Amino acid sequence: MTIAIEAHGIAKRFRRVEVLRDLDLAVAAGSVFGLLGPNGAGKTTTIDIFTTLVRPDAGTAVVAGADVRRDPDGVRARISLTGQSAAVDQVLTGRENLVMLARLSGLGRRAGRARADELLERFDLADAAARPVSGYSGGMRRRLDLALSLVVPTRVIFLDEPTTGLDTRSRGELWRVVREVADAGATVFLTTQYLEEADRLADRIAVLDRGRIAAEGTASELKARVGGEVVQLLGPDDEVLAERSTDGTVHGLRAAVDEFDRTAASTADGARVAIRRPSLDDVFLAITSGPAEPARRADLIGSKG
Amino acid sequence: MTMSTLIDAVTGPSAPAPAPPALRMRPRGLTAEAVLIRRSITHSLRDTEALLMAVLLPTLLMLLFTFVFGGALDPSGGYVDYVVPGIILLCAGFGASSTALYVARDMTTGIIDRFRTMPMRASAVLTGHVVASVLRNLFATGVVIGVALLVGFRPTATPAEWLAAVALIALYILAITSLFAAIGLAASSPDAANAYGFILLFLPYLSSAFVPVDTLPDWLAWFAEHQPITPVIEAIRSLLTGTLMGDAAWWAVGWCVLFVAIAAVWGGRLFRRRARRR
Ligand SMILES: Nc1ncnc2c1ncn2[C@@H]1O[C@H](COP(=O)(O)OP(=O)(O)O)[C@@H](O)[C@H]1O
Ligand SMILES: [Mg+2]
Repeated sequence: MTIAIEAHGIAKRFRRVEVLRDLDLAVAAGSVFGLLGPNGAGKTTTIDIFTTLVRPDAGTAVVAGADVRRDPDGVRARISLTGQSAAVDQVLTGRENLVMLARLSGLGRRAGRARADELLERFDLADAAARPVSGYSGGMRRRLDLALSLVVPTRVIFLDEPTTGLDTRSRGELWRVVREVADAGATVFLTTQYLEEADRLADRIAVLDRGRIAAEGTASELKARVGGEVVQLLGPDDEVLAERSTDGTVHGLRAAVDEFDRTAASTADGARVAIRRPSLDDVFLAITSGPAEPARRADLIGSKG
Repeated sequence: MTMSTLIDAVTGPSAPAPAPPALRMRPRGLTAEAVLIRRSITHSLRDTEALLMAVLLPTLLMLLFTFVFGGALDPSGGYVDYVVPGIILLCAGFGASSTALYVARDMTTGIIDRFRTMPMRASAVLTGHVVASVLRNLFATGVVIGVALLVGFRPTATPAEWLAAVALIALYILAITSLFAAIGLAASSPDAANAYGFILLFLPYLSSAFVPVDTLPDWLAWFAEHQPITPVIEAIRSLLTGTLMGDAAWWAVGWCVLFVAIAAVWGGRLFRRRARRR
């Protein structure tokens, strides 16, 4: 396995805010890596450090074989960034944006135009190619933004919250493209607040909590960490009245059901019990709300429903 | 056996040929600057409101100062010759002020971050805005002079003097544009950039642009005499209409160069420090 991104002991503070402390990370080449965390967790700061925008106060990071501190231009030659705020020129047309970026990436005029047309086609923007970007929808803008990152098929691609603010359909389209990019062999490092996104896209997920990686693994590994099945008490319209996560044993399930029995809700008309696999939501909640101690965790999750 | 069948024989025909990971190249020479100058010019040309302003403002100011104030200030009708340099600088200031807005906008959207993560000179964005502003405002200067000639401006300049005057005007535009660019870097938002820039637009009024300095009250006269706009005005006026030059040209060039230098140092620091601002 080759490593595309490797970080050790990264720390960063902005004046009084300690954003990252002692962050360690390794991302396998060719994989999709999801960095998950709530707003303000330090996801963008992590990306900024890996993309040479921000210098870490401490620690080392090697991206695509180049050290972010010692060889920032080496890193820049091998990465692309699609940041959190759209990096498209609103006044220019979609094609002009792409040609401009191609020229700034060292492509000649003709090669740049050819590449632009290819990407417009692939991102379903050919019809809008000659229109100013200011008239694009949010989804089109994001697609163009991503296309701009792919003008040069670099080894590592950073996507900072690629689908925040998009409707379900545009989100699905974007997921498809990200998958394609990954299948073509690039390493994708993305941040997200959406568990579903991490679940659908990422081969491995890391949860960022209070400046360090609190958990890391595949989605199923993370889910397995929470424990066994979750028992739910559903109302007549399938609404969740209560939830208890269990250790998956017969005894555990029974204890959960017994607990429901003692509540008034369980006697309501049409109330019934269901069992589901733990979701990434449960993982997230368990990891980011304190020490991972089974009893407390169960309480926390239970109190949610 | 061809090369490709040889490879097939070794790796098996089903092995897809993954595209080799590409390197993003540093654009050659001044390509980045050329591309981004072109971008900023395109912006100027597509901003119809600003374009209209660049033509209307000089025209209206020329007409206003010649026909409304001119009669009162100099009943003989010679005021137009006096006021042309002032209106040129006033319009250039207005035209250059949008640079602060453009720069602030680029710094607060993701565009600058994308450029900074590429192996190019990200500062070429600023070069683009500055050069486009100089071209835009030289055009506005042309409009001022054109309208002025229509309403009775009678310059006495030789071709060499015209050339010197245009060069000085270009240098002034460069200086004020650089300052506006730095203001755009210092401002926390495009709106703030607009507000800070306002002060610079006021300076021409407190100079010899519209009335001779010795007609002002003492305290104001001292300021007007020594502020940078006055020697620029006096030098242009001397070149175009043959008024007394004195040492105005040296002061004018000195001030402009000083402001370009200040803006370059200050802006350079801001640009490097603002690794990230959102
Ligand atoms: N340039 C900066 N100056 C001061 N504080 C900052 C700066 N950038 C980020 N922060 C702070 O660092 C924390 C993490 O920010 P960020 O990395 O953007 O989080 P996320 O992307 O996960 O939402 C936030 O509390 C934010 O206010
Ligand atoms: Mg963020």
